[in-house]
Amino acid sequence: MTVATARSGPPRPGPDGPGRLPRAPQEAAEAVLAAVEELIGELRQIGVPVSTSESIDAVRSLEYTDPLQPDQLRAALAAALVKSHRHGRAFDTVFDLFFSPGPRPSQDGGPAPDADGTPVRGRLAARLAGAGDTELRDLLVRVLDQRDDLGLRAVTAELVDRHARIRPGQPVAGTLAVQRTFRAVEPDDLRERLAGLSGGADGSPVSGLRVRLAAEEADRRVERLRQEIETEVRRRLVEDRGAAAVARSLRSALPEDLDFLTASTAELAALRAALAPLPAQLAGRLSATRRRARRGPLDFRRTVRASLSAGGVPVRLAFRPPRPAKPELVLLADISGSVATFAGFTLHLAQALRTQFRVVRSFVFVDGTDEVTDLLAGSDGAVEAARRIDESGSGVRLDGRSDYGNALRGFWDRWGTQVGSRSIVVVLGDARTNYRSPSVESLSELRQRAGRVYWLNPEPRAAWGSGDSVMDQYAPHCDDVVECRNIRQLRQFIERLA
Amino acid sequence: MPAADEYDGAGHRFTTPLEVADSLAAVGYIADPRISGAVFLAGRLGKPLLAEGPAGTGKTELAKALSRVTGARLIRLQCYEGLDESKALYEWDYRKQLLRIHASRDAAAEQWQALERDIFSEEYLLARPLLEAIRSEDDVVLLIDEVDRLDIETEALLLEVLSDFQVSIPELGTVAARRRPLVLLTSNNSRELSDALKRRCLFLHIGYPGAEREREIVRSAVPGISEHLATQLTQVVLSLRGLQLKKKPSVSETIDWARTLLLFESSELDPADVVAALPVLLKHQSDIELATRELGRVPS
Repeated sequence: MTVATARSGPPRPGPDGPGRLPRAPQEAAEAVLAAVEELIGELRQIGVPVSTSESIDAVRSLEYTDPLQPDQLRAALAAALVKSHRHGRAFDTVFDLFFSPGPRPSQDGGPAPDADGTPVRGRLAARLAGAGDTELRDLLVRVLDQRDDLGLRAVTAELVDRHARIRPGQPVAGTLAVQRTFRAVEPDDLRERLAGLSGGADGSPVSGLRVRLAAEEADRRVERLRQEIETEVRRRLVEDRGAAAVARSLRSALPEDLDFLTASTAELAALRAALAPLPAQLAGRLSATRRRARRGPLDFRRTVRASLSAGGVPVRLAFRPPRPAKPELVLLADISGSVATFAGFTLHLAQALRTQFRVVRSFVFVDGTDEVTDLLAGSDGAVEAARRIDESGSGVRLDGRSDYGNALRGFWDRWGTQVGSRSIVVVLGDARTNYRSPSVESLSELRQRAGRVYWLNPEPRAAWGSGDSVMDQYAPHCDDVVECRNIRQLRQFIERLA
Repeated sequence: MPAADEYDGAGHRFTTPLEVADSLAAVGYIADPRISGAVFLAGRLGKPLLAEGPAGTGKTELAKALSRVTGARLIRLQCYEGLDESKALYEWDYRKQLLRIHASRDAAAEQWQALERDIFSEEYLLARPLLEAIRSEDDVVLLIDEVDRLDIETEALLLEVLSDFQVSIPELGTVAARRRPLVLLTSNNSRELSDALKRRCLFLHIGYPGAEREREIVRSAVPGISEHLATQLTQVVLSLRGLQLKKKPSVSETIDWARTLLLFESSELDPADVVAALPVLLKHQSDIELATRELGRVPS
C-alpha cells in the first residue's frame, strides 16, 4: 500500500479482522478519541494513576468498541485504565460526564424497540409535561415498582424540569439541584408507598422479615431514582458548560485522599471501605520488611558442613534465620470531638495489626487518660470500637474539652514506668490545648524512656502552632511529627514503623 | 513485538461483547456487561485479565466457563507463598540427566559438548503450568489463581509471560507462544499487587452481583427453583450483606442455600427457614447471632 492511498483511504487503515468494527466516519472517531484523551487527563488530575501504556490500551480498545454503546465503551475503558477498585467510582463519575448519552435516550435494555423509541418518547414527554404533580407522582411510583428504566428516565427528566431550577452558566457541581429535585419527590413517602406495594401484595402473613425485605427493596429503588436524578442533572450541566468544566467543579478526592477531619457521612463510609483491606495488606508488608531487614547470626554448624564440598574452605557462609524482636506499640489518642474520627480509625488499625507487634496498648484521653486495650480487643470494627469507648466514658474527667497537659501528665504518672526502650509511643491528636498548660516536661520524660516517640497530627501542617495549637512546643520532644490527614499518609507512617 | 492480531488463540473467536455474554450464559455463567466487555477486550487485545474481588463471586468459575465456551484446555496455576520458578515455570529433570550422563560415562572427552547440548534439550525439561501454557499446540485458557498470595518478589516471575507470552530458559533460549493463551489472573485483594503486574493486565472488579443478576445466577445454577423463591432468596442475601458482618455471604453460598431449599421443597420463605439456613450462609458464630437478631427487625 502506498502512502498516498493510505492518506486518502479511511482513517488509519489496517487489517479488518473479525471483530474489528467497520470504520466510523472520521469526525465521530476523532470526537471519541478526543473525549478519551480528556477523560485520561481528568483521571490523572484526580490522582488516578494512568500510565502511558494504559492509555495506549484504552485507545486500542476503541477499535473493538461500538461508540454508540456506552456500556461497551465503559467496560472497555474501565478495564484498560482503572487498576484498582477504589478508583472505580471516580472513573464512573468522570466517564458519565464525558460520554453522557446526550438528549437522545440511550436504548439499552429497554422494552421499547429502537426504531420507534424517539416518537414514543416524544409523546410520553408531552403527556408528562401536561400531568399534574400528583399524577406524575403516581406514575413515578409505578415506573419504580415495575423497574421500567425507560419510563423512569422520562419521568426523571420531567421532575428535573420542574424542580431542579438549574441556572445556565453557573460553575456548580449540581449537588443543590439534585437535592432540590430529590426533596421535591418526598423520598420518605415514596419509600413507604413502594414498600406497601411489594409488601403484603399476595395476602400471605406479614412477618418482620417480610417487612424488612420490602423496606430494603424500596430503599434500593429510591436510591436508583436519586442516581437517575443525578445523572439527568449532570447531563444538563454538561450540555450547558461542557464536560471538562463540569468535571472541574465535581472533582472530589479519592477515598485514600479524603481528609479525616472534614469527611462527610457518605465520605466516612468510603473511608471505612478503603480502610478494610488495609490491616491484611500492611501485615504482609511489615513482616516481609522485618524478615529482609537483617540476617541472623552465623550458623557455625551449617557453615562447616557446607565447607566440606570445598575441601574445608568456608566458601559459603550460612546464617541462622533472622528472628528480629517485634517492637511494642503504645498508642495515646485524643478522642475529643474534633479528632475522634481520626483516632477511631487509627486505634482500630493498630488493633488489627497487633500480631505484627509484641504488644499493642491503646490509651485514650480527653482531659484524663484511660487504657482501652481490652475494650478494643473484643470489638470487630472501627464503628464498634468507637461506640464501646464512648459508652465507657473513657478519657473524660471534667468538662470533656481536651487538656493535653493533664492527659500527658496522667499517662506519665500512671503508666510511665511500663514504657521501655523497645516501646514505640505514638501520640494521636491536633495538640489543641484549649489554652491550658501543655505540660511539655511529661512528654520529654516519656521520650527519654521510650525507644521512639511519634506524633501524628491530623491537621494540615500549615495550621500547626496557630491559635491554641502547641504542636511546635511538643515537636522538639518527638522523634518525628507526621502530618496524617488521610489514609495514604496513615499507611505510609505504618510502613515506616517496621 | 508483533501485533496481537497476528496471533491466534482461545480469546480471539468472539466478535462482540454480547456474543461473549451469550456464550457464557449458555454454559451457565451469567456475566454482566462489565465482565463480558472485559473478557472480550482481553481476547481482542491479547492481554491478560486480572479479576479482583471478594471470595466466592465467580472469578475462578469465569475461567472454567471460558474454557468450556472456547473448548480450550484449562491450565491452572494455584499461587501460594513460597511458589518458585521450578513450580511455576519449568525445571530440569536432573534424574534423567544423571542417567544420561551415566549411560555415556565411557565416552571420550570431546563428546562432552555434544552430551551437554543433549541433556539441556527439551527432552529433559519438565514444563510447569506457565511453560506448558506457552508451549501448547492447541488453545489454552491459563488461570493464575489467587495471585495476591505470591510474595512480591515472586510476582516478577509472571511478568515475562504476561507481557510477551514467552519464557526465557538460559540453557535453551526463548520459548514463545505459538497460540496466545487467554490468561486470567484472580486476586482477593489481600495485598496491593505491584504496578508492573497491573500495567500488563486489563483489570476487572467482580463484586457481589446486583439483585437481578444474582437471581439469574441462582436460577441458572439451580434449575428447579421458582422465580418467586429465587427473588425472596436473593433479597434476604442482599439484606445480610448490608449488615456489619465479618464475612459476607458470597454467591456460591447463595447457591448452596437455594439447593437446600429445593431439597426441602419449600415454595415460600418464612423467617424460621431463614434462621435455619443461616449456618449455610454465614461462617462465624458472631455473624449468625447478629443476623438472627437483625433480620426480624425493621430498619427505621
